[in-house]
Order: sequence, then C-alpha cells, then structure tokens
Amino acid sequence: MSEATQSQRRPLALNLLITAFIVFWLVLAAFPFVWTVWGSFKVEPDFFSRESWWNAIFGTYTKAQTGSAFTGEGYYGAWVTREFWRAVGNTAIVTLSVTVISLTLGTLGGYALARSGQRYAFWILIAALVFRAMPHITLVSGYLLPFFQLNIWGVLPTSIIVLVAINQPFTLWMLHSFFLSIPKDLDESAMVDGCSRFEAFRRVIIPVMWPGVVTTGLFSFLLAYNDFATTSMLLSADNQTMVPKISSFLGSVQEAGNVMYAVAAVVSATVPLFILVLFFQRQIVSGLTAGAVKG
Amino acid sequence: MPHKTFFAFILPSLIAMVLFIALPIVSVVVQSLYVEHPRILVEVENCQPFGGCTKEVRVDSAAMQDLERSQPMGQFNGLGTYLNRGHLAVDEIGAILADNTGPGDVLSRIYNLPFYKALAFTLVFCFVVTPLAMALGFVIALAVNAVPKVIKGPVIFFSLLPMIITPLVGSLILYWMIQSNGIIGASLQHLFNDPTLSLRASPLLTWLSLLFYGVWSNAPFSFVVFYAGLQTVPGDTLESAMIDGASRWERIRYVIIPHLMPLATFVALVQLMDNFRVFEPIVGFSAEANATSLSWMVFNDLSGDAQLFGSAGATSVLTIIGVIILLTPVLIRTWRDFNHKVV
Repeated sequence: MSEATQSQRRPLALNLLITAFIVFWLVLAAFPFVWTVWGSFKVEPDFFSRESWWNAIFGTYTKAQTGSAFTGEGYYGAWVTREFWRAVGNTAIVTLSVTVISLTLGTLGGYALARSGQRYAFWILIAALVFRAMPHITLVSGYLLPFFQLNIWGVLPTSIIVLVAINQPFTLWMLHSFFLSIPKDLDESAMVDGCSRFEAFRRVIIPVMWPGVVTTGLFSFLLAYNDFATTSMLLSADNQTMVPKISSFLGSVQEAGNVMYAVAAVVSATVPLFILVLFFQRQIVSGLTAGAVKG
Repeated sequence: MPHKTFFAFILPSLIAMVLFIALPIVSVVVQSLYVEHPRILVEVENCQPFGGCTKEVRVDSAAMQDLERSQPMGQFNGLGTYLNRGHLAVDEIGAILADNTGPGDVLSRIYNLPFYKALAFTLVFCFVVTPLAMALGFVIALAVNAVPKVIKGPVIFFSLLPMIITPLVGSLILYWMIQSNGIIGASLQHLFNDPTLSLRASPLLTWLSLLFYGVWSNAPFSFVVFYAGLQTVPGDTLESAMIDGASRWERIRYVIIPHLMPLATFVALVQLMDNFRVFEPIVGFSAEANATSLSWMVFNDLSGDAQLFGSAGATSVLTIIGVIILLTPVLIRTWRDFNHKVV
C-alpha cells in the first residue's frame, strides 16, 4: 500500500487534525530556541520586558540604547568581559578527550563482552546496567573527599577520567549490542588463518566497526557536553566548562543586571548541538532505536 | 574466548568502572556514617584600656585545623545522620503520628520535612512525566508517520532539539520565557488579568512548570523510539485488520499498540531511571523554595560554604536504595531471560 493511497483515503478532518497537531508540536519544540536566539541580540529591558513583549520583537530599548535594532553587547560581555571563551576551550578539551578515551576503552570491552558468552560477561553487563542508573551527583559526593586528600580536585584531567568512567556502562552496552550484529565467522576465520585474537580485532573488526563507533561516540560526546552535576562540583572556578560557567553567571550576573550575558552564553552553548543534530540526525535516531529495537 | 584474552580486552574499562563508580559508592556509604567535627570553642578575654574586660567565646581555628587534618572524615556517628531531621526524621515522624488532627495534618507536616519534600517531588516527577511524555511521544510518532516524506526530515530535526539540549540550558530557556517579564509569563498575566501572577510564587505553578519542562524534554525520546517501531508494524496484519472492518482507532488499539508494547517497557524503564535523578531543572528554574529533589539535596549539601559530606552521603545512599528498588523488576526479568538462553 503506497503512501498516496493511504492519505487519499484519510478523511479531510483527520488530515487537518494531524497537520494542526504537527504544527503545534513544532512550535512547542522549536519556538523557545528561536525566541532566545532572537532575544540574545537585544538589551535586557527588551528581552525581559515589563511593558510588552512586542518590545523584544521591535527592539524599542535596544534602538534607544545602542542606535540599532540588534546588538552584540551580550555576546561581547559574555565572551570577552567574563571570559566565556576560556570555558569554551575547556569544554572542547573535556568533550574530545572523554569521547576518544571512552570509545577506545569501550570498543575493546564491548567486543570482549560480545564474543565471550561466559557467565561473568553477563554479570559485568548487569553491573553496568546498575551503574548506568546511579544518579551522577551521588557518585560526586563520593569523589570529593578522596580527591581533596589526593590533591587532584579542580583540574581538567580528573573530570575527564571521571566522565569516562561514568560513560563506560552506556558505551559498553551500546557497543556490545553493535558487535553482536557483526557475524562471529568474520573474526573466527581470521583466527583460523593464524591471527591472534588481538590481530583479528585489529585487522578484521576495526575496519567494519565505524558505524557503531560513530553512533556511540555521539552519545559519549553529548554526555560530556551536557554534564552539569560532575563538572560543576569537580572543577575549580578557573577550569570551568561551559555549563557550570553559565550557572555561575546566574549567581553573580543577575545582581549586576546583566542577564543578557547569560542569555548570550546559553545561545553560544546551543549552537554546537544544533550543528551536531543537523549533520548526525540519522545516526542519533538509529542510536536511540538500536538499544530499543534489539533489547 | 579464553579467560585471559577476555580480561586483557575488558580490563581498562573494568578498572575505570571499579575506581570511579564502585569505589565512590563505598566511599559514600562510609562517609554517611561520619559527621563533621563539633566546633572547638575557647574562651578569650578581651581587655580594653577603658571599659574593663569582656569574655568572649570563639572558635579555636588552629585546633580545628589540626583535628581536621588528623581525622578528615569527621567523627563516627553511626546511623545518626540517617535518622536526623534532615533525612528520615524518625523522631519527628513519631511525634507527628502521636499528636495530630487528622490524615491531612499528618501529610502536610511530613511534607514539611526536607527529605520527604524532596522525595515527594522526585516521585511525582518520575511517575507523572514518564507516562505523559510517552503518550505525547506516541501521538507525535503517529502524526509524523502520516505526513508526506518531504516534511518528515525537518520535523524530526526540530523534534530532537528538546531532548538533545543540555538540561540546564533547556530549563533556563524555558524559565526565561515563563518568568513574569518573559513572553509566556507576561501573556498569562495579561490573559488572566492578574499582574501578580507569577510562576515562581506559587508552589503549584512551580511544580506544573517543572513537570511541563519534563514532558517537553522527555517526549522526543519516546517519539523517536515509537516512530522507529511504527516502521516495523507488519503490513499484512494491518491489511487483514482493515479487511475485517477494523476502524482507524481499532487498528491502533489492537494492532499497533500491542506491537509497540515491548518498546514501551524499554522507554518507560530508561525514562524512569533518568527522571529519578531530576536535578538541573530545579537549578535552572531556581525552584528550590517550592520544589526540591533528592539529587538537588545532595548538590545543596556539597555546594555550601561548609560542605556537609555526612549529610550528602546519607542522602546519596538513600537515593541509591531508591534506584535499586526501581530497577529490581528489570533485573529480575533480565536474569530470567538469561537463564532461558542458557537452558
């Protein structure tokens, strides 16, 4: 049955209802972002207008204060005055390192779990499932005291290792189910030809594993990028990544009347995610469904 | 695969998990049994040239530092922290149950205890947001499945945004809109003609806006999973249902929903797990006066000037127990599945 015949048979009222609902959902999903991006180029009395929100659209006060309907003051204040670029750099270091390290550990571990079939492999997976459910902040309260004692609190490498560890359970599950979908014969025939297990992994599995690794990598990236609980507690003020930096803006900036710095920082932090979804939509969707449809 | 090879492959990953997930849990349990040192007080005499001498009680900071260096964990407190007013509040509950004016009174007084307040919001958030978000996600999936292919891509793109966005950033974006001087807050004030209407002032409205955020950010996940599930609904079954005269609604009710049931269990599980750690929206909405969660309590204990490790540890252990209770049905099912496979 083709799509065309199906939609032809649908009554007009139902078609209208479906269209209306989709439009409603799109507005709900996208309007907050559009509005905030638009508002980030205004001054505070416009975006947080006490008179009328039409001010935010026409930029009444923005014109009065800066002479133009759009202003980059918020961005200048956040990036230059309050040194948001430093936080952006830290986020880049943390997310890249976390993604690379967790994929390296995860592919090795996931491959072993997929090929083992022993009882303890099952128990490791179950333990990983329980670990995956632990709220991150409860783990953080266990880190703080030891990290103070060892004097490794506040620096980027500590947070990177912690995020890699928090990420492992998910990475293991995802790559384990991906490696299960690669036929066993492939690496076993390589081993019959005289490869050791590790050589078989390197020569036969690595060339075919990239689709699964890219998908898993996207989610590792998102976890590290979106984290607030861990990085806000484990990083000192100088080493903060974007998300804790934004939250520290809220504490100090709101008093100074410069909420627009925080708005500009929020928009800046959203842009990479937009680009990510734009280019990797297919992988994200397949990654979300892979776990569900198989497991 | 021989044991030795298996462990060679998995060792790095295992070490990371043991060091940074298993050991911290142990450390949290130990921490929760200790409490901060009481302050060492000294009496100092303050003499001024005129006006004589006054005696003053001060904290002896030098002695405190020595003590903290020698015993950084604080002093042993047993289960004291668990039972105190900030956590399970055993004495207070006993007093409330012994002397009250009815069930309503009992509930409202228990709700005023910090731990139960946080627990109440966490559970309500879990069990309201999860089904609502799944229902919304299912309806979106049905609707998107019905539109022409050209529109599907962009619709999926925009639908993913609320889920992919950093939780703190997403909640700030919504919070700025519903503030009394943001676009939605101001419009609501105008609509109800009530200039004092503010989502922050009333506990009920704060809860509603947090729940709204929860549904908004959770629905896309259900949508994507259900949408993928819809593509695998067997065409033959649908067609034979149509030949048997099933209406549109009956086809959804008796063919599509049963087909998606296993997926729904999976989605419910993942979302319950994630919603139980609700935390960022409370920070983003600055809602702590009216709504707190278990994770927020831990964060609050740790981020103050004096970090209360004992108190944070006790709340963490109670949270972990909650997570394990939520997970038990799944664990039992996975265990059964595995045993079937082996046999």
